[in-house]
Amino acid sequence: MVSTGSTSGRVTAAIVGPGNIGTDLMYKLLRSDVIEPRWMIGVDPASEGLKLAADQGLISTHEGVDWLLKQDELPDLLFEATSAYVHKEYAPRYAEAGIRAIDLTPASVGPAVIPPVNGEEHVSAMNVNMITCGGQATIPMVAAVSRVTPVSYAEIVASVSSVSAGPGTRANIDEFTRTTAAGVESIGGAERGKAIIILNPAEPPMIMRDTIFCAVDPDADTDAIATSIHEMERAVQEYVPGYRLLQEPQFDGPSDFTKGMRRVSIFVEVEGAGDYLPPYSGNLDIMTAAATQVGQHIARSILGSN
Amino acid sequence: MTAFDSSDINALERTWSGTHGDEPFGKLDLRLTDTCLRDGSHHKRHQFTAQEVHDIVAALDESGIPVIEVTHGDGLGGSSFNYGFSRTPEQELIKIAAETAKRAKIAFLMLPGLGTKDDIRAAQDNGGQICRIATHCTEADVSIQHFGLARELGLETVGFLMMSHTQPPEVLAKQARIMVDAGCQCVYVVDSAGALIMEQTADRVSAVVAEIGSQADVGFHGHENLGLGVANTVIAARAGATQIDGSVRRFGAGAGNTPLEAFIGVCDKLGWTTGVDFLKIVDASEDVIKPAMPEECQLDRMTLMMGYAGVYSSFLKHAGNAAERYGVSGAQILLEAGHRKLIGGQEDQLIDIALMLKAKGLETVASATSSTTEAANA
Repeated sequence: MVSTGSTSGRVTAAIVGPGNIGTDLMYKLLRSDVIEPRWMIGVDPASEGLKLAADQGLISTHEGVDWLLKQDELPDLLFEATSAYVHKEYAPRYAEAGIRAIDLTPASVGPAVIPPVNGEEHVSAMNVNMITCGGQATIPMVAAVSRVTPVSYAEIVASVSSVSAGPGTRANIDEFTRTTAAGVESIGGAERGKAIIILNPAEPPMIMRDTIFCAVDPDADTDAIATSIHEMERAVQEYVPGYRLLQEPQFDGPSDFTKGMRRVSIFVEVEGAGDYLPPYSGNLDIMTAAATQVGQHIARSILGSN
Repeated sequence: MTAFDSSDINALERTWSGTHGDEPFGKLDLRLTDTCLRDGSHHKRHQFTAQEVHDIVAALDESGIPVIEVTHGDGLGGSSFNYGFSRTPEQELIKIAAETAKRAKIAFLMLPGLGTKDDIRAAQDNGGQICRIATHCTEADVSIQHFGLARELGLETVGFLMMSHTQPPEVLAKQARIMVDAGCQCVYVVDSAGALIMEQTADRVSAVVAEIGSQADVGFHGHENLGLGVANTVIAARAGATQIDGSVRRFGAGAGNTPLEAFIGVCDKLGWTTGVDFLKIVDASEDVIKPAMPEECQLDRMTLMMGYAGVYSSFLKHAGNAAERYGVSGAQILLEAGHRKLIGGQEDQLIDIALMLKAKGLETVASATSSTTEAANA
């Protein structure tokens, strides 16, 4: 049932959800040499995203996923940019049809993936999840520290501009903190994780900023930690060029106010590529860029095994 | 205790509705909440002991304060690197407070994005009765799920519109509407930076009263960074605020909160009933609150800067820490925080500002070929 219809040595993909995220993702996938975005699936005939997709030569429909699943030719990959609710409902049907799903909603149906940490671990999974924007921006840094020295506790603070936080994030802010904290532990490698999100309404909108605090042993090798952090910055920059350290990592000795822990503080900024979304919304850009990256890993594994 | 015969000219147009269950306090014009065990947690660097909480709650309760707020300064879940770790877990402190209070209700604060619904459930299990949910004053919609849960659990609800000085009255009114529609029973205009100046307070409270006053109470929470806590609170009450926050001895973030004992004295003089015994609260201030304070809350260079630049009051200690750590001016950090339009919760950015000031200072000094000793002191 899986399509082998690619004419260009690329695997085919559908994007479900022609909103801001889906549209930005389309522009990124159009540049891929291993993925061919062929379908844009929506439900609203007036959608701007469907029109833009048609302009780019994608098959655009407002008849929803039910239409897609009835076609003779099905995509190899499907990027879900709708809502957790929709994804939970349709995920079993994608799997049944042999379509690999990359889930940009917080549905958490499949294993979570952070490209530079475990990007290639789940290339054969039928469903992978992209956690949250805050998770994509911070978990790489937690992992950068934990691969050098044990991290007993990690805490991340994600500040995003109000205008780039959609109704889904706002209605489910608890899910954001919970899912991100879980990722800080399971993928970041911290024994215990905590996540905080701030929506700042400043005009002009602020570029996404993230702070990562890690508790490490008092005698941990600070040079090795700093080197690992810089290496991770470069690894993320490969798919998010606007991801950068604002400052050198800071090391603070144990004190009463840190409950006796040694603290590593990492300050990053995430400026988006401006494909469709404005550059300040680095929080959205890092999601679409990470999803593209993960999609490409899966595509390469499909192409390699053919 | 009315010191003079107050005439009708002082009578309040709106008085507390008192509709939140069985109140042992009789008819009150204004219902007061003391926040020293929550807002004061910032000043105390979150180091309250169980004994201090017990003693303060007992004294406040004895004086007739109807509501006492107890939580980490940044609300449930606030114990962290970013905001400071609690010496005693806040849930334990809520429990002690609830067990100690004979008449007063125990309130707790939570900020969506930091605390979660699980924290609310735990606080209720420990005896918290009033759930106060705070958002930045343009972001009320992040609180909808929490108000829903709090009401489902049978908790009394309060909404906090933080940094109210940053938005015009009509914006606050719309945000208050979002909270009330979600289940909030009282919306506070919160002057987190101590930056509101009397008429600005009145305009904001009036707009919120006009929007939600028929369905919910309106409250006011002040800070002293420009020395206007009591004045702003009196004018807020005249504009229709019927729930009032303050902290005995100003024990709160920044230059502290509205000094509640002073406001109670003013209410006595104006003939507004609060149910609190002025002499008892003054004794509590001197004998119980003062010994628990690391130092008095002061109107000094740093705290004045917060009122002047419109900076979130709890940045004070964190700016001080960063200034000391990196050898830069704490006042400059606060001014830059105002310039960057940081909001409550972004304490992490103060470190970034300090590092920026340090780098800038070194550049300036280098270009002026000054000595490295001066650079270190920049």
